Amino acid sequence: MDFFQGMADNFSNLWTIIGDLTVTGLTQGAIYALIALGYTLVYGVLQLINFAHSEVFLVGAFGSVMVWGWLGYSSGAAAVPPLLVVIGMLLLGAVTASIFSGGTALIIERVAYRPLRRKNAPRLIFLITAIGASVAISEIVGLLVDRKVVSTPALVHQKFQVWFDPSDIGLNINSFGITNLQIGIVLCAIGMWLALDLFLNRTKFGLGIRSVAQDEDTAALMGVNKDRVIMLTFLLGGLAAGVAAVLYNLKFPQITFDMGFLLGIKAFTAAVLGGIGNLRGALVGGLVLGLVENWGAGFFGNDWMNVTAFVVLVVVLMFRPTGILGDSLGKARA
Amino acid sequence: MTLTDKLRTAGQKIRTADEKRASFIQGARGRWHDLPKAWRIAAALAGVVVLFALPNLYIPGIPFRTDEVDGGNSFGFVLSTIAIYVLVAIGLNVVIGMAGLLDLGYIGFYAVGAYSVALFGSPQSIVATKFPWLICVPIAIALAMVSGVILGTPTLRLRGDYLAIVTLGFGEIVRLIAVNAEFTNGTSGLGGMPTPPGTWPAGTELEGTKLFSVNDSRPFYWLTLVLIFAVIFGVKQLERSRVGRSWLALREDEDAASLMGVATFQFKLWAFAIGAGIGGLSGAMFASRNGHFGSNSITLLLSIMFVAAVVLGGQGNILGVTVGTVLAFYLPERFRSFADKRDLIFGLALILIMVLRPQGLLPSRRRARELADRRQEAKEATIVG
Repeated sequence: MDFFQGMADNFSNLWTIIGDLTVTGLTQGAIYALIALGYTLVYGVLQLINFAHSEVFLVGAFGSVMVWGWLGYSSGAAAVPPLLVVIGMLLLGAVTASIFSGGTALIIERVAYRPLRRKNAPRLIFLITAIGASVAISEIVGLLVDRKVVSTPALVHQKFQVWFDPSDIGLNINSFGITNLQIGIVLCAIGMWLALDLFLNRTKFGLGIRSVAQDEDTAALMGVNKDRVIMLTFLLGGLAAGVAAVLYNLKFPQITFDMGFLLGIKAFTAAVLGGIGNLRGALVGGLVLGLVENWGAGFFGNDWMNVTAFVVLVVVLMFRPTGILGDSLGKARA
Repeated sequence: MTLTDKLRTAGQKIRTADEKRASFIQGARGRWHDLPKAWRIAAALAGVVVLFALPNLYIPGIPFRTDEVDGGNSFGFVLSTIAIYVLVAIGLNVVIGMAGLLDLGYIGFYAVGAYSVALFGSPQSIVATKFPWLICVPIAIALAMVSGVILGTPTLRLRGDYLAIVTLGFGEIVRLIAVNAEFTNGTSGLGGMPTPPGTWPAGTELEGTKLFSVNDSRPFYWLTLVLIFAVIFGVKQLERSRVGRSWLALREDEDAASLMGVATFQFKLWAFAIGAGIGGLSGAMFASRNGHFGSNSITLLLSIMFVAAVVLGGQGNILGVTVGTVLAFYLPERFRSFADKRDLIFGLALILIMVLRPQGLLPSRRRARELADRRQEAKEATIVG
């Protein structure tokens, strides 16, 4: 009976802090979602897991911290700069990170994937070159920063915007708040998803991407340049990863050269969870994963947070391999 | 001459060099088969003798031993590690090379094997009875096989790359359990592993003392070599049997194989279980060689390195995967001055070799033909398109 008593205690413990966990989970989930967009785009078009996508994110994160550092905003700066400067810095960071990430994504496509596509190599080989690219890029970053932890500047002054106290309405939940940064991160993720969705569905480039995703040979016959479409797909994934990188820099105090691996796996889990190849799926999957792993951490303890994420991945793939929302880029609105 | 032109000529040069190497290997293979059988047996025996003598071998002028470089590890230690990893590669080759299932979390089975020895043999474990080494190892193999079946039953119905990610997730779950659970004692791990029985025979320097101990890794190397030969023999037999032919069929075209009446799921599960068993055996060897096993020894990067080594050497070909593993784990030990950049070099080499030669350095002939076939299909498709 001790076991059940323990479970009940854990549950009531989880319940009292569920507010904070939910807010944190949604924020982290938004970052996962932005990275997951890259996995989902490439998978939708090429049916290929771009294992090196985590390093696309990594390069963006280090690139933006580097440029902020050049302009004098490193982690040491005591005071938060005035609002206009902050906005400028954020935009600059987003642009830099997107350039770095997008560039990395294009290089990976050109060096590691295109020669293999020409040879119609089996997927396993793509995965191996992707692993090679992933190891090489994170090692290059590691050598550049001497394998040290890099601190990110505190650009945004975090303060609570909304404050909830559920005990007012008789619920036994600790009071919790939402900071400006958390709201911003979630809004950014939703905005990026909306922008990508519009791009895919309303523009000529988007039409090209959807056509290659559906049937590349027919698309080629209709005059679509396949190589260019694939490059564009990688670039879009890179841009989303760049935005994710800036948000990560704002939220977390430190970045390391080997952080890509775990984040990449989580983002991939998010993409699969929502239904890979489906943009909405990436967003939903990211948010759900963030929630589930934070609730899991509240229930089983912080040490088991990542285990929860991976168990979720395995269970989802076993019972619903197409994910929550399920359709792919090619089949969606065909 | 522009930069792209230079790159193109450099690429061309690498490609011709690689083609020369490949045709040389092809020729060597032919000449080897033309030799009289007695010569071949004699040469193979000589090779085996050299392998067994390797830890004591010095060749003046050729500094191949890792203890001849600054800060190098003892050669016996490095050799036994490589031998254990070769055992891993042979097991992984059953899963990847023969059955065509991509398993990125193979380290999970290796860890199950290592922790089985630790739990049932170490005096620090929570299991009350301490079993001798000769009982621990079969337990390790059995538990690893069981975990292979447990993981395989739900997941083997998934398509190729999904399977890869699920197995990766499994490897990470095993690692996190090892880090967090109480019975594994986290990063500090469990010590005092049981060792194989035996003492140094009369006439040797250490006469009468225990043969297998943490002070000298050479006996572990010799034992692992014996195990490698035994496992290779077993795997070769399997490859030539009905099981091996079924693996081949489902690797080349799963749908066609299934239509022809091959019980694909059942044979996939067999491949998974056998591969897991070999992984468990190598984990058990690793734990008893080190005398200690903690969660630090399990990293997903190592798991991925195993896969990379197998594919690099030439999946499906036992000699190939052995060469790949030896290269991937010996070179960094020998050239320690590059230790800082070794992962970088490894990553770049992986891309270069896979782009030039997707079938690996020493491909199995059958796999090479499958790949050439696909390339031909791609060419025809572009002519039509």
